[in-house]
Amino acid sequence: MPSLGADMDAGTITKWLVRPGDQVHRGDIVAVVQTDKSDIEVEIFEDGIVRDLAVPEGVRVSVGTVLAHVASATDAAARVAPVVAAAPVTPAVAITPVIAVASVAPSVATNEHRVESPLVRRLAQRRGVDLAAVTGTGAAGIVTRADVEAAAPSSSRATVATRRSSSPYARRLAQQLGVDLDDVIGSGPAGSILERDVRGATPGPVASAPSATTATPEERQRSMQRAIGALMARSKREVPHYYLDTAIDLSAASRWLERTNLERSVADRLVMAALLFCATARAVARVPEMNGFFVDGEFSPSIAVNLGVAISQRGGGLIAPAIHDAESLSPEEMMARVTDLVRRARSGVLRSSELSDSTITVTNLGDLGVDRVFGVIYPPQVALVGFGRVHERPWASQGLLGVRPCVVATLSGDHRVSDGMRGARFLGEIERLLREPERL
Amino acid sequence: MTKEQARELMRSVLRPIAPEADIDSVAEGETLQEALDLDSIDFLQFVAGLAESTRTEIPERDYASLSTVEGCIDYLSTPR
Repeated sequence: MPSLGADMDAGTITKWLVRPGDQVHRGDIVAVVQTDKSDIEVEIFEDGIVRDLAVPEGVRVSVGTVLAHVASATDAAARVAPVVAAAPVTPAVAITPVIAVASVAPSVATNEHRVESPLVRRLAQRRGVDLAAVTGTGAAGIVTRADVEAAAPSSSRATVATRRSSSPYARRLAQQLGVDLDDVIGSGPAGSILERDVRGATPGPVASAPSATTATPEERQRSMQRAIGALMARSKREVPHYYLDTAIDLSAASRWLERTNLERSVADRLVMAALLFCATARAVARVPEMNGFFVDGEFSPSIAVNLGVAISQRGGGLIAPAIHDAESLSPEEMMARVTDLVRRARSGVLRSSELSDSTITVTNLGDLGVDRVFGVIYPPQVALVGFGRVHERPWASQGLLGVRPCVVATLSGDHRVSDGMRGARFLGEIERLLREPERL
Repeated sequence: MTKEQARELMRSVLRPIAPEADIDSVAEGETLQEALDLDSIDFLQFVAGLAESTRTEIPERDYASLSTVEGCIDYLSTPR
């Protein structure tokens, strides 16, 4: 069960879209998972043949539970290949547990989305491991040291423990619960397996948790609020936030929008939010300290800008799915993507990769009438940009006082990664881009 | 279009955008955006829906008259 956002701890398979024996390809949608927030299409991250489905439809399981086993493509090919001289007695079918951890999703898209720490890259080099071939199990698909160790050729691995360490209690518990430790992803230091990992991997339904399919909207709502609360508490506990704000003159952007919309029918018109998001995505591409993940005491910048857009859900709650490669989108494309995302976030289905790999989040509470937003960073991200409402204000410029449409942009930054200087540069860049909207 | 037809049209256009929104609960003078929690994208879709059902172009400068229930009903029921 993938962690579709750091605030999710369990989910229900509402529908399997594949059956044992089906051929699957990297990026295929294999199942629909219901979480407290939304229905999500889960993508697979390897090619192969589905061997079995380990969790039936309708059962709620914890994040980390093995959902299915897939025989990898190469092994499967070898198995069906015509006569291989001296075939091994037991067909060596590598069975990869499909645990699409938060992690997995980014590697689904393209390898460019993956960010490894310099430490991990060095280790991979030393051990002769090709990072592109490693499936990351760290937050948001990052390849961790443990992944590199696990992927290292056996000779070099011999010097390292062949099996990730686990506490005696975790081992005992695993035995009691009938959990195979090989199937468990450790969340402890260096991938070691902790008690909670074992409990998380317990097959079958989570004892006390109500099945999501039978949960009332109120229960879902409460459980979602709890999950958001837990994540935000962690953010406030661990992330040393700093806050900056700047008022931006939107005269040029408003004029551009008006002119552009004049020629368009209603359905093709743009809203200011599309321009604000475009400017944010392009600006962050130039200030890399704002874009990426902070994991295991280390910041890994991301090359791609996956812009998480905070969308309020009907009846309460919040979800921040990602717009991939947002820095390359024109305002029209941005508008189309945002509209599609809002529609799917509220009524339809989101994809697993959209929910787990935002590299920075933007929130636009201006429509609700507030002037500015002091946001809480969504771990493991390191920055959040907020926009307040666009309204007319007195504005002094070149010795004259005028009335102009303005917006206050705020930045919540992570002091472990950046500082006020870089934050100011980032907001300044957003302002500069919005002054020349025709170039967005 | 009669006022009752206009109200019914508003309901049917809003349904896919904000399924739980009830325009009868919106107080006089209150904006739809505030009363029904519509953001700028929802509102644009609402206007697009009205334009499509009435087969008219609704210019951006008319958005303000569409932001209350009574404004919307007047706009839709006034021949233009």
